[in-house]
Amino acid sequence: MGVPTVFVTSLPTIATMVGANRIVRGPAITHPFGLDEAERRRIVERALEMLETEVEPTTVWEVDPA
Amino acid sequence: MVRAVHYLNQFFAGLGGEEAAGTPPTRLDGPVGPGRGLAAELDGIEVVATLACGDDYFGEHEEEALARLLDFLEAERPELLVAGPAFGSGRYGLACARISRTASERLGIPALAAMHEENPGVAVANGAVLIAATAGNVAGMREALPRMARLAEALVSGRALGPPAQEGYLPRGFRRNELAEKPGAERALDLLLAKLAGDVGSEVAGGFDRVPPPPPVGDLSRALVALVTEAGCVPQGNPDRLPTIRARGWLRYELGGAPRLEPGRYESVHGGFDVSLANEDPNRLVPLDTVRTLVAEGRLGRLHDVYYTTTGNGTPVAAATRFGREIAAELTDAGVEAVLLSGT
Repeated sequence: MGVPTVFVTSLPTIATMVGANRIVRGPAITHPFGLDEAERRRIVERALEMLETEVEPTTVWEVDPA
Repeated sequence: MVRAVHYLNQFFAGLGGEEAAGTPPTRLDGPVGPGRGLAAELDGIEVVATLACGDDYFGEHEEEALARLLDFLEAERPELLVAGPAFGSGRYGLACARISRTASERLGIPALAAMHEENPGVAVANGAVLIAATAGNVAGMREALPRMARLAEALVSGRALGPPAQEGYLPRGFRRNELAEKPGAERALDLLLAKLAGDVGSEVAGGFDRVPPPPPVGDLSRALVALVTEAGCVPQGNPDRLPTIRARGWLRYELGGAPRLEPGRYESVHGGFDVSLANEDPNRLVPLDTVRTLVAEGRLGRLHDVYYTTTGNGTPVAAATRFGREIAAELTDAGVEAVLLSGT
């Protein structure tokens, strides 16, 4: 079964290759969860939405721009 | 002379370390850095130009970077592209695999990349690019360059390659028939004797673990959620000495109900990216501040008051798989129902 996990990374190509299933594209390698709290909130909310969704293997979601 | 172009990341092209990882694609004259050693090994092939790109820039703008690199490449009218060696670096290996693949597919020229067998770039190339096998880190440079040169020469001359182990490239998933000198029964016995003597070599490459996606969380507003990171985020001063690269384990730290990861109390020791922005605000790696807010608002049930960390930098796949299994076992025992994992 496993624990539903969402992987937030700015390198979704690599995440896909290694077999992560729920992937959200973060803005940058140096700050996958954004620079400020407003941006972080959009990323975390998108990640939570993905945890609530049935997905195909190695699905990548984008975060909506502000 | 056959015209070759060499691809390097910002570090090997001499443009700078992690602080220069955001450098966009650049063209340099002739061979640069390890390209000089490669050029000295090459017979009948001239490195006419070097293309370089920052690892972060490539990872974050793959399509733009590829388009720009392809423009540079076309202008050189090359007959061969060589990329790397990237050793165990994931971002660099990804760039080498993609530029090599693009060069073959779009310009119709042979391309050679070079990296360690566990580099994620190998899977990105997916057998479409010839990849010279290298060690996991730069200590393997001296061994890598002559091997790359021999393979590059084979590519341009059209010489048929022998088996991967003999020529020093990574298996591409092809099977080729060949005439053996001995009949099958004798070869089977030879294999058995070799195995009994402890030689258990295989031509079949290992792969990444595939697991089906777990079903979604039923109700996040009642769920116990945990934070996990491979970004090397540890308490200031790194009390348990988490390695900056090739970690052999993972660590767990209590959050003690803290509302956020305070700068100055947490830092990142990851050796694979510039950590200055993360150290200014560690919540950029582990989003404790936002998650606490969402718990207070009722969007999330509870936060597991321990976070898990390691450095996913040059980590062998077997080790990373073990970390994942061990952390998952702890999370399951604690009743965690959802995980936010960050990667850099």
